Amino acid sequence: MNRKFMLLSMTLLLVLIISMTFAIMVGSVSVTPLYVWKVILSKIPIIQSSIEQDWSRSQEIIIWQIRAPRVLLAAIVGAGLAIAGAAIQALVRNSIAEPYILGISSGATVGATAVIILGAFSFLGVYALSVSAFLGSLTAMGLVFFLSHVGGRVSVFRLLLSGMAVSFILSAISNFILMLSKQEGGMKAVMFWMLGSLAGAKWSILVIPAVIFIVVFALLWLHYRNLNLLLLGEEAAVTLGVNLQQVRIQLILLVSLLTGVLVAVSGSIGFVGLIIPHIVRLIVGSNHKYVIPISALLGGIFLVWADALARILIAPEEMPIGIITAFCGGPFFIWLLRRNNYSFGEGD
Amino acid sequence: MTLEAKQISFSISDERILHEVSVQIKDRQFVGLIGPNGSGKSTLLKNMYRLVKPESGTVLLNGQDILKQSSKSIAKNLAVVSQETPVLFDFTVQDLVSMGRTPHKKLLEFDQEHDFQIVKDALKQTGIAHLEKRSYSSLSGGEKKRVMVARALAQQAQVLILDEPTNHLDIQHQLQLMDLIQTLHLTVVAAIHDLNIAAMYCDQIYVLQQGRIVCFGTPEEVLTPALLKDVFGVYADIQTHPLTGKPYLTYIPEQFTKEAK
Repeated sequence: MNRKFMLLSMTLLLVLIISMTFAIMVGSVSVTPLYVWKVILSKIPIIQSSIEQDWSRSQEIIIWQIRAPRVLLAAIVGAGLAIAGAAIQALVRNSIAEPYILGISSGATVGATAVIILGAFSFLGVYALSVSAFLGSLTAMGLVFFLSHVGGRVSVFRLLLSGMAVSFILSAISNFILMLSKQEGGMKAVMFWMLGSLAGAKWSILVIPAVIFIVVFALLWLHYRNLNLLLLGEEAAVTLGVNLQQVRIQLILLVSLLTGVLVAVSGSIGFVGLIIPHIVRLIVGSNHKYVIPISALLGGIFLVWADALARILIAPEEMPIGIITAFCGGPFFIWLLRRNNYSFGEGD
Repeated sequence: MTLEAKQISFSISDERILHEVSVQIKDRQFVGLIGPNGSGKSTLLKNMYRLVKPESGTVLLNGQDILKQSSKSIAKNLAVVSQETPVLFDFTVQDLVSMGRTPHKKLLEFDQEHDFQIVKDALKQTGIAHLEKRSYSSLSGGEKKRVMVARALAQQAQVLILDEPTNHLDIQHQLQLMDLIQTLHLTVVAAIHDLNIAAMYCDQIYVLQQGRIVCFGTPEEVLTPALLKDVFGVYADIQTHPLTGKPYLTYIPEQFTKEAK
């Protein structure tokens, strides 16, 4: 398995790099892969002097200022949602779970709606949307966590149910704000946000998601044993010396933080967190030592392509990325459902 | 290494399941718990491996109170093969057995070469080395039980708690599994349903009835027609088997006991 895993991850890494290069190339003005890499390498301090600057200023802006941060953000959001989904599915021991069941996306939507329609946090300028969305998701997640936490224990059932209840209430709030609004443009902007978009990508907003992703990824991967034990259940975990209650609480905090940060910059992009872990388990089994890194790579690749399609399909208009992920993901998921040798975690 | 339960009492929603139960397992002894359904065997074992906390009484692992130790340090010494092991999702045999290494690993440590070797040995010892890459859910009941025993071995614990290890196994696999456990020379306590199996493998037997220990001793001392009638409500003929030298039970249906009278 180790050799197979190394080979698989190296291949996927290569595919990810090629996909990202391609995604930077395409758009209203196309550029060649040679220039893509020349411009990127010219930004690295040590080797920049050895690269001859033979590209135009506008090419540099398109590659470095517009497309590169967006493609990188797509990779981070895809990878982050995929590992968050894998972790949540282990937490609730149910493969139909996804990162948004903790109420995070509906909380973020309230925050975003408040900014877009009501103009809240306007003193924060361009960061108002992200900050407000993150605060919304944090509030929702805190509420869900508080409701599912009884007597020092987290009940998975309560977690799922309070997640649903909180989502309903928060959706009602965003819908109420939307209803009151008279401006069409605002409603369209909210809908666009709800379906997810990476159009706001800039280098400056990339830093926080990137750092949080790396930290959460490392922690989840290094704790792969605990994730596996969650699937085995309380009894097995106790006999192997692991306190699952603690693991659950840590996991909820990590996943909430990651998902909250991602939703704040990209809206609630559906399907990635649900479907990618499934595909990965189909390939490598349920051991999280492999599930976590492969999910990250595959999620990244998937979203880079989805975002590239979102940009070029109805150019010069842009499609919300959530439509693409659902359109591509849905049929694949149905095909997966029809395969009778895939158990979907129903056990035996 | 020894394991001892001292005066354990335990209730589930106001109903007393265990009444001051004491059980002592000496180093490398094989101790059986027998008793009818609902007599508290599993509950006693769950108290002993810390899945539940007793209302009163203590459990001592090598003389130390288990509630005063970290669960990790206990897991290094005490392994459990429990009754039902539902495995959700798809793990390979190797994945599952490797999980036995969990208590020996630091928080941020991956498996090392020597962990792989221990897992390999455990698989070989339990006779399932050829199943290494197979998915757990595709195995038969007997194979699954072996995987769980192999995981306990990978844990390298000196004390083994087994809850009805031979349940759902055919007779050949029952004997194979019990032989395997006997050859490990560990300190073992097992809840056993089949009294002939208990008689064959146990050094000591404790009899539980309605949450109380009613009798304990060697199989020869414990397994008597009177006790079987009393505790299990069955008539039995008990002979010493000429080959094994152990007590051998034949249950007599009521119609024959009436005729005999």
